[in-house]
Amino acid sequence: MHNFDFVKPSTIAEAVAALGQEGAQGLSGGQTLIPTMKQRLAAPGVLVSLTGIAEMQGVCMGEGGLHIGAATPHAVVAREARPHYPALAALAGGIGDPAVRNRGTIGGSLANNDPAACYPSAVLASGATVVTNTRKIAADDFFEGLFTTALHDGEIITSVVFPIPERAAYVKFNQPASRFALTGVFVAKFRDGVRVAVTGASQNGVFRWADAEAALSADFSPQAISGLSVDAEDMIGDLHGTPAYRANLVKVLTGRAVAAA
Amino acid sequence: MTKVSMTVNGKAVSGEVEGRTLLSSFLREGLGLTGTHVGCDTSQCGACVVHVNGKAMKSCTVFAQDVAGAEICTIEGMANPDGSLSVIQQAFQDHHGLQCGFCTPGMVMSAAALLAENPRPTEAEVRHYLEGNLCRCTGYHNIIKAVLAASGQDVTKIAAE
Repeated sequence: MHNFDFVKPSTIAEAVAALGQEGAQGLSGGQTLIPTMKQRLAAPGVLVSLTGIAEMQGVCMGEGGLHIGAATPHAVVAREARPHYPALAALAGGIGDPAVRNRGTIGGSLANNDPAACYPSAVLASGATVVTNTRKIAADDFFEGLFTTALHDGEIITSVVFPIPERAAYVKFNQPASRFALTGVFVAKFRDGVRVAVTGASQNGVFRWADAEAALSADFSPQAISGLSVDAEDMIGDLHGTPAYRANLVKVLTGRAVAAA
Repeated sequence: MTKVSMTVNGKAVSGEVEGRTLLSSFLREGLGLTGTHVGCDTSQCGACVVHVNGKAMKSCTVFAQDVAGAEICTIEGMANPDGSLSVIQQAFQDHHGLQCGFCTPGMVMSAAALLAENPRPTEAEVRHYLEGNLCRCTGYHNIIKAVLAASGQDVTKIAAE
């Protein structure tokens, strides 16, 4: 990989200043960015590590729900979110493998917005709020398509706030080689309705399945979606599955998530 | 080049590194600790697993400067102080938990991390925990057996399939 200057600030203010430099890029756990740099698909001039900032670490209950520091590794979320939001903890505990979970972070996952990453589905289905150094972004406004988010250059996710649903579950159909989701569905039932977010399936990244949300808000049971179908047109097709296969998985996994919630 | 210092297997070490120097490169080329293997270099295979402040991580996917000041434990730090094999290493030998041996350092480090968290795992838990460690000889059964034996469990009933 191309060389770069490495800096590791200890406060958000220092990190924002460092990211203002020409060619600077934030680095969280690096479990995606470092392989990307090895392939020379990314070549930042300055890498600003966000893992040494104490105020971006940790899991606690607070105003609006469960607050998770953006630089909190998946393994910590899997352990510490369990009493508060078990479906989210289970999702975190199923990302990658144990060594990846000790390093990768929620903020890194969201900022990258891989179309097959797990966390975006939890954030979107929960109606979470992505908090940055300058503003709060609603989940519905955050994800803008493949590897694209509402974040501006130099803007840092500092935490994510998850409202706690009455019932929720995430069901992931593993792509066993990469351990990403071939397709994954997060279902969250709140008092005022159900939200269903799908990852790994669409060419445009994570999305909400509106028809299922309407059906499940009226009747929260796997049978409620039996008459629905998912349009395969925008689905990902690759050697692991055709668009039609993924469209079918969306429906099957939604049913399983409702049953598990 | 930047000077980086950390503790590796209980010893304070330091060396000059670039921004892009990976922890695996620093250990192998900077310190001569070649027990940490680099298999895939894409964080899939787990041959490079070391412990950073007690947590298993893939050292090919961590920059050396990002773990400055950390306590690192590598396969070279696993043996007992008198040089004899640790319980986990001995179990790998006793149960032939290796074929070519390339993946073994990462397997042992992941197994040590598992047993620190979960001293008596089930077979399914061992298999699940070692998901990120690939053995291209596909010698998984004996590896699982070795880890279960290292946890003090009776493995005589587990068939060597």
